[in-house]
Amino acid sequence: MKNVTLTINGKKITVPEHTTIFSAAEQSGISIPALCRHEDLEPKGACGMCIVKIEGQPGYKRSCVTAVEEGMKILTSTAEIRDIRRGILELVLAAHPADCLQCIKHGKCELQSLAERFEIRDLRYDRYTRGLPVDRSAFGIVRDMNKCIGCGRCVQVCNEVQTVASIFFHGRGSNTIVSPAYGTTMGDSVCVNCGQCVVYCPVGALYEKEAIEEVWKAIDDPDKIVVTQIAPAVRVAIGEEFGMEPGELSIGKLYSALKALGIDVVFDTNFSADLTIVEEATEFLERLKESGPFPLITSCSPGWIKFGETFYPELLENVSSCKSPQQMLGALIKTHYAESRGIDRNEIVSLSIMPCTAKKFEASRPEMCSSGARDVDYVLTTREIARMIRQAGIDFRNLPEGTPDPLLSRYSGAATIFGASGGVMEAALRTAYELATGKTLEKVDFVDVRGMTGVKEAEIDVDGTVIKVAVTNGLANARKILDCVAEDKRRGRSSYHFIEIMACAGGCVGGGGQPIPNTLARRAQRIEGLYREDRSLPLRKSHENPEIKALYAEFLGSPGSERAHALLHTKYRPREQYQFSQ
Amino acid sequence: MSNMQHITGFATLENPLDIESFIAKGGFSGLHRALAMTPLEVISEVKRSGLRGRGGAGFPTGLKWESVSGDDERYLVCNADEGEPGTFKDRFVLEHAPFLVLEGMAIAAYATGAQTGYIYVRGEYPHVVASLSSAISRAVKAGYLGAHILGSNFSFNIEVRKGGGSYVVGDETALLNSLMGNRGYPLLKPPFPTEKGLWGKPTIVNNVETLAYVPYILTQGAEAFASIGSPDSPGLKLFSISGHIAHPGVYEFPMGTTVRELAAAAGGILGNLKAVQIGGTAGPIFDTAALDYPLDFVSMRKAGGALGSGALVFMNTTVNMAHVLEVTMRFFAEESCGQCFPCRYGTRQLAFMANKIASGQGRLEYLDLMRDTIHVMVGASFCPFGQSIAFPLESLLDRFGDEIVSFIKQQEFLKEAAV
Repeated sequence: MKNVTLTINGKKITVPEHTTIFSAAEQSGISIPALCRHEDLEPKGACGMCIVKIEGQPGYKRSCVTAVEEGMKILTSTAEIRDIRRGILELVLAAHPADCLQCIKHGKCELQSLAERFEIRDLRYDRYTRGLPVDRSAFGIVRDMNKCIGCGRCVQVCNEVQTVASIFFHGRGSNTIVSPAYGTTMGDSVCVNCGQCVVYCPVGALYEKEAIEEVWKAIDDPDKIVVTQIAPAVRVAIGEEFGMEPGELSIGKLYSALKALGIDVVFDTNFSADLTIVEEATEFLERLKESGPFPLITSCSPGWIKFGETFYPELLENVSSCKSPQQMLGALIKTHYAESRGIDRNEIVSLSIMPCTAKKFEASRPEMCSSGARDVDYVLTTREIARMIRQAGIDFRNLPEGTPDPLLSRYSGAATIFGASGGVMEAALRTAYELATGKTLEKVDFVDVRGMTGVKEAEIDVDGTVIKVAVTNGLANARKILDCVAEDKRRGRSSYHFIEIMACAGGCVGGGGQPIPNTLARRAQRIEGLYREDRSLPLRKSHENPEIKALYAEFLGSPGSERAHALLHTKYRPREQYQFSQ
Repeated sequence: MSNMQHITGFATLENPLDIESFIAKGGFSGLHRALAMTPLEVISEVKRSGLRGRGGAGFPTGLKWESVSGDDERYLVCNADEGEPGTFKDRFVLEHAPFLVLEGMAIAAYATGAQTGYIYVRGEYPHVVASLSSAISRAVKAGYLGAHILGSNFSFNIEVRKGGGSYVVGDETALLNSLMGNRGYPLLKPPFPTEKGLWGKPTIVNNVETLAYVPYILTQGAEAFASIGSPDSPGLKLFSISGHIAHPGVYEFPMGTTVRELAAAAGGILGNLKAVQIGGTAGPIFDTAALDYPLDFVSMRKAGGALGSGALVFMNTTVNMAHVLEVTMRFFAEESCGQCFPCRYGTRQLAFMANKIASGQGRLEYLDLMRDTIHVMVGASFCPFGQSIAFPLESLLDRFGDEIVSFIKQQEFLKEAAV
């Protein structure tokens, strides 16, 4: 690739050709303001904040969509440019509700931060608000279009990265609105609650549906026993809410924090991740024995499950009947745990802490009541639990390393990597190999399925049978593989034995409930953190987890038993794309 | 056919869909002539004629055709999304001389190697969609469109598409987006449509009137066309004349005809002339000095405006310029596509302030704030739409600012007097 030398604000710099002026400036330490550009998304040039002056060219150019050219002389912050930027901010703010203090994004809002940076002290324009109803119809996501600045990141993520296409621009001019088709609500749309729109929203227009108040109430209720579980991906991300680095393992501090909040019992979803592997590996080996149906597709990601039910109903028989780790543990908390402690399950409030907004949807699915009641009562995202910890005044960073409660909390390295794309596949292979062959797997690292790549493939020899697997993250990538599987099915063949699908790019570490910024770069750092923990753990295979062995011995019998099926397995149903509520 | 009326000459046909009468009048002879030449010769003929695009920007048509490059799969789009207020000349052409446009398209397609053509018709012209479809099938039947046109190796098909009623889609990149089923958002240039247009393939977008003049160039020759009108803007031009004028309508005159001559041709101004808006709503509003402006691309640019679509809206002294301001700003607010922030929010605030002024609640500070707003929009709007608002707004404030100021003060006085 050729290099290009140009001058930005009097400083010569050399960058590869095709670099945008915006990135070139960034590389030379100059931050150009922007409201629509995001490092993970293709720039569209909507906001106009990033304009720069190119010597010898009329007017101003948007630096996010203009490529560098040899010898360009660029100014990024002249008096007139600052004037125009202030003008844009004033125009946006005049149309934006002035309720920053009550906003979920207060202090983290990109509009607020630019308004401060550009000294918008008063507005010359008359303010107006749009008076649109707030859409709370989806289980995981709230959509408040009064706050929307129309940057289009959510539309890009939903349509291009996820190909769900639940939301799009409608209307024109200042009446432009981001909305599902036909003016329906998010809850009635194809939205899968993945929450990627939420993590890319620069303002408070899209956010998680909070359950904090309900959880405080449960904690404060002396008649309730609050039992919680923590998903794999939370432990390498929650620290970011308290100034720690992405990928820094803080599960011990989180155990302590939860106890300090007054939560009665702390379990770990990593335990049920191991359980999922034992059940799913068993299911896989059964299919191997009966020659199909292949491929088996993982079922841990609730965003993917709704996506599959909506867009690939013909493939539902391929989806593993295993519930996700959250729902498995939820069912066990209200049965096995309750019985073993002699507690009425109605006294238990089952709470889970998830990196995910779709988990809120999953917990509320009508079939997720195997214990006779809601198996998981409340789901809090990583961001919400961090808010509670701050509310309680807990100094998270300086907490001692706590421990969880026994029975449903021990875990192997195979469980912790569930939070990374490829982790479920790797964990399943570690167990399936040993269960199928009876031999010890010496090389436990399946590096081919790791990393942020959208579609990964690998082949593993299990006692003479070559198992072909595929791993995808991000639903646009899932579509690529699912279209192949659907085509295979029509032709009566199969190209894969086992497929892992995660709705979000990078896997659960990049979930819609994770700390913001939730950039691809941060997701990669969180993934590293998970593999570090995997390497550091004494047990690295799910079926070696002693609490799992005990669970089967004392309660479930054997993997795939009748009881295991009643509590740990589920069914899927085809969905209409749009359900118009009356 | 007189030199002074090419399109209007054909438009005198009793039945515009009667292909036989069209042929009898010399119709399709331009296509015959073109097919006897090589495509490069056709392009060269059009270049020498000096024909410039009649959609508003005035880009040399021959150059545009010549710049088509890349892929062999190519498209030709006839821009019939005539949305500029006060402009109704394309509608006139499509209603009265549809075959002339089809002939122009066939010649353009032959010259540029396009296999498929689309006519993107403004949504508000449903009757045109119907008559065009019928004209196309007649032309196909007669061998002027379709496979192996006039026995040659050249094949070309035309389909009609109906717009959804957006002004911005008159912009060629927004139009292509709309044709592909996307939102009518303008795109950044480059890449130009001639390199990457419909479905990423090289695409020529020409205005209805531009295409309707192409047959003339082929039949009469480039020199004949170039000898009409102004040296830099040769040829005939259709003018849409409306407002306070005795006989509003479409007039075909040589480029360079003055506003005064056109007003006279249209039966004269009703009352005393106060202002005239030239080139459409995105054009400046001039005072009576405009009467002596020659109407062509270069002269109008010199006068601080643009020929645009060739629309002239005459306003006499009964018109309140505060109301003109309101109507104009409301138009832009309603038509902004909403893609970029400066235009989406800027047009809304401009319309809001103009509305306050017109309804007697104006404040003098608004006038400065409007200028500041347009400054932001000119500097940072994504496409020419948001920038073009400066023409009408600044011309109103510069030429008629005193009147608007007195109107604001008078309304304030009346309110105080009422208390």
